Amino acid sequence: MPDHILEMVGITKKFPGVTALDDVSLSVVRGEIHAICGENGAGKSTLMKVLSGVIPHGIYTGEIRYEGAEVHFRDIRSSERAGIVIIHQELALIPELSITENLFLGNEPTRFGVIDWAEAHRRAAELMASVGLQADPRAAIKDIGVGRQQLVEIAKAVNKNVRLLILDEPTAALNETDSAHLLSLVSSLRDRGVTCIMISHKLNELVEIADSITILRDGMTVETLDVAEGDVDQDRVIRGMVGRKLDSRFPPYEPSLGETFFEIRDWTVRHPQVPERLVCKGSNLVVRRGEIVGIAGLMGAGRTELVRSVFGRSYGVYESGTLIKDGKEIVLHSVPEAIAHGLAYVTEDRKTLGFNALDDIKRTTVSADLPRISRHSVVDRAKEIEVAEKYRTALRTKAPSVHTGVAQLSGGNQQKVVLSKWLFTEPDLLILDEPTRGIDVGAKYEIYGIIQQLAASGKGVIVVSSELPELLGLSDRIYTICEGAVTGVLDKAEADQERLMRLMTTTSTTTEVDA
Amino acid sequence: MSLKGMLGANARQFGMIFALIALIIFFQWQTGGLTLTPDNVINLFNGNSYILILAIGMVLVIIAGHIDLSVGSIAAAVGIVVAIAMRDWGLSWWAGVLLGLVLGAVIGAWQGFWVAYMGIPAFIVTLAGMLIFRGINQTVGASNTVPVPRDFQYLGAGYLPEIGPDTGYNNLTVLLGLIAVAFVGYRAISTRRRNVRLGSPQAPLSAELARNGLLIAALLYATWLFATGRPGTSFPIPGLILLAMVLLFGFLSSRTVVGRHVYAVGGNRHAAELSGVRSKRVNFLVMMNMSVLAALAGMIFVGRATSSGPFDGVGWELDAIAAVFIGGAAVTGGVGTVTGAVIGGLVMAVLNNGLQLMGIGADLTQVIKGLVLLAAVAFDVFNKMQGRPSMIGLIMKGLRGTPAEPEKKPDRESNLTTV
Repeated sequence: MPDHILEMVGITKKFPGVTALDDVSLSVVRGEIHAICGENGAGKSTLMKVLSGVIPHGIYTGEIRYEGAEVHFRDIRSSERAGIVIIHQELALIPELSITENLFLGNEPTRFGVIDWAEAHRRAAELMASVGLQADPRAAIKDIGVGRQQLVEIAKAVNKNVRLLILDEPTAALNETDSAHLLSLVSSLRDRGVTCIMISHKLNELVEIADSITILRDGMTVETLDVAEGDVDQDRVIRGMVGRKLDSRFPPYEPSLGETFFEIRDWTVRHPQVPERLVCKGSNLVVRRGEIVGIAGLMGAGRTELVRSVFGRSYGVYESGTLIKDGKEIVLHSVPEAIAHGLAYVTEDRKTLGFNALDDIKRTTVSADLPRISRHSVVDRAKEIEVAEKYRTALRTKAPSVHTGVAQLSGGNQQKVVLSKWLFTEPDLLILDEPTRGIDVGAKYEIYGIIQQLAASGKGVIVVSSELPELLGLSDRIYTICEGAVTGVLDKAEADQERLMRLMTTTSTTTEVDA
Repeated sequence: MSLKGMLGANARQFGMIFALIALIIFFQWQTGGLTLTPDNVINLFNGNSYILILAIGMVLVIIAGHIDLSVGSIAAAVGIVVAIAMRDWGLSWWAGVLLGLVLGAVIGAWQGFWVAYMGIPAFIVTLAGMLIFRGINQTVGASNTVPVPRDFQYLGAGYLPEIGPDTGYNNLTVLLGLIAVAFVGYRAISTRRRNVRLGSPQAPLSAELARNGLLIAALLYATWLFATGRPGTSFPIPGLILLAMVLLFGFLSSRTVVGRHVYAVGGNRHAAELSGVRSKRVNFLVMMNMSVLAALAGMIFVGRATSSGPFDGVGWELDAIAAVFIGGAAVTGGVGTVTGAVIGGLVMAVLNNGLQLMGIGADLTQVIKGLVLLAAVAFDVFNKMQGRPSMIGLIMKGLRGTPAEPEKKPDRESNLTTV
């Protein structure tokens, strides 16, 4: 009987409208590295939030047994007291403060109530040595690289006498050298008796370092693989991650493809805040008339960055590349220019980017093309209502009237209003970013139908989605993106989830661009 | 029929207007009839029109999600330059007004540039502007008071002239009142027709009649008051300018593309940008417009005071901001109306005036005004928390002829801070 440091049993967590975790179980053996895998939205992060007390006891159901006893964490402090430390993808360090100050934030060593800096720096140096971090403890966090910042976080955890360390995508932002260092550090922590839970999309790393791998899918535990037993490779993990069946969740549809009318060529874009980081690395993409083009990629791969930078450079800093529409090069400096050239973009984050929650349906519907219902810049409110009614009927938006506030609608109906807004601009190319996120199955089906209708009328559609079944069911062709680069393109006939997942995690073929 | 039924779906939709009317009646009673005399009402308009004009600009700034603390200083800076230009260069009154407006536009462009294109928070830019333009006022004027010519004073203290046959009333004022009544009637009918044609929801006819009947009665009464004042007085020119501004900006904000864009930027800037709104341009225009209106307000004040001084406009920004928030705007932006801001400003003005007539000192008056501001906003916030839309939102909806639907709580946290 293995010695389990942690057992989570029957964890269920529901958010309004979605079940994030459905009877999930997780058993972690003392002193192992336990990896958790799953597609975006499979419930990995939610599970870790439950474990670390971010989602406090009482608002989830199920039992957590830690060190042999049932525990009820109320917040992150109570889990930390028990020796569970979570290191998030976005590091919780204060950039302006020094390494030492960050290490001891909240429990600074004091003498007579005054911070004892000599002691603090001495102990900081010790901690840093224990994680192999070479730097001046007085250096500010913002002046050391991401790799070293990660080590500071781990040193902080060591200082808190961590017994169970949770790492959420620890190597996502690291280059290969830093990743290798971090992974060997995690191994050495294991040898010192620290148990480690690691969430990562980089399957090759996980297969190499993990002792066991638990796979989550759609908020449920699929299986736990014992790596030591052998026979666990990336393909095996991918199969577990995507192994659901495709059902008839899509309206019947026969595409009629025309000639290529939109092209993205050698598209390179820099990160808006970190100019040395490229979020798009020489990407190429073509769209034919009547075609639904899918873009697949893991979170952070640069899908949204690509489409938003194309949509009037509304994201990032344009570096190079051209856009070609109907055989002519077009230059889109701004969103209004993009709209004028027949592009439309339905945003990923509906609530913060998609609409003004203070507006009603009619105002939202016309908001992207006000001049069309205006004379001499005066909005014709009768026409506004007519237009809104027309789209409400056509898209079957469920609402008492077009005077209803958008904020009061369900996610699916909100998305229909946002779609109305863009359909009203009569675009040639409609870009949809996660078009069905947070939407129930019925509304999804209807939205798929709307997308297909648009394509059938000879327009081009680009769909970005984290849900592979959605891409496979909807797209005529699917591009895969990994770390800002297009890693492949598959026709509908040749695409399946495993092939896509493999291309989505293909970091090796990525041409290294100076970072 | 109950009063509630008479007024449509919800009696509270008239909340702010009722508050204003109740306040007037209360003071009328407490002051033994001194409140609703021609002299006092004319006085009230003359003494507050510049604040109300500022409130019109301010509500747009606040809808867009900003604030402007510099309006008092800008009014003073423009006032002194115009006063000196007319005294020393012999500019005529209209050239002076033109100069003032251009100056306001230039100052506004300066502030708009920093806010919109440099991304400096408006709070900081206009706090700096408050110091800069106060300093310019005192430097240019050498901290002296500069008188303005008689023609120019007409702007702040003039009245509609007597023309036509002697009817015992001021003819132009009567004409203005009748036009206003006709306008209200026409609008009510056309809105109703449009609603019927489009199948939009609307209040019962009786409620509509009661509402517009009350409004028309109030207008006629006001006309009578203004038209029967002391000889030589009638509807004041500052009031006329105010009226023009209310109509102009009420129309701009609710009916035009630019107006929509102001609300869009304030409601959700990112969503607006991704829908093709040039938010920087909107922010620039809103800040610039505020300074032009501040210049206008400054000149009206100078006209009324007959001179420009070093302490003109001190504290105006706070009065204007208070008016906007009493009038139902949200600190977080995206919410507010021009009419609401003007009603809010009138509440403050009536309060000020009434307390003065009652002989309550300026010290206590401030306490009471502060409490009223807090109460009005708190009332709206509590309503919001119970899931009802802003009070002034209901009033405005009511005035547009649509009954307020009971709305569910919008799932947006910031609504809690909405006033």
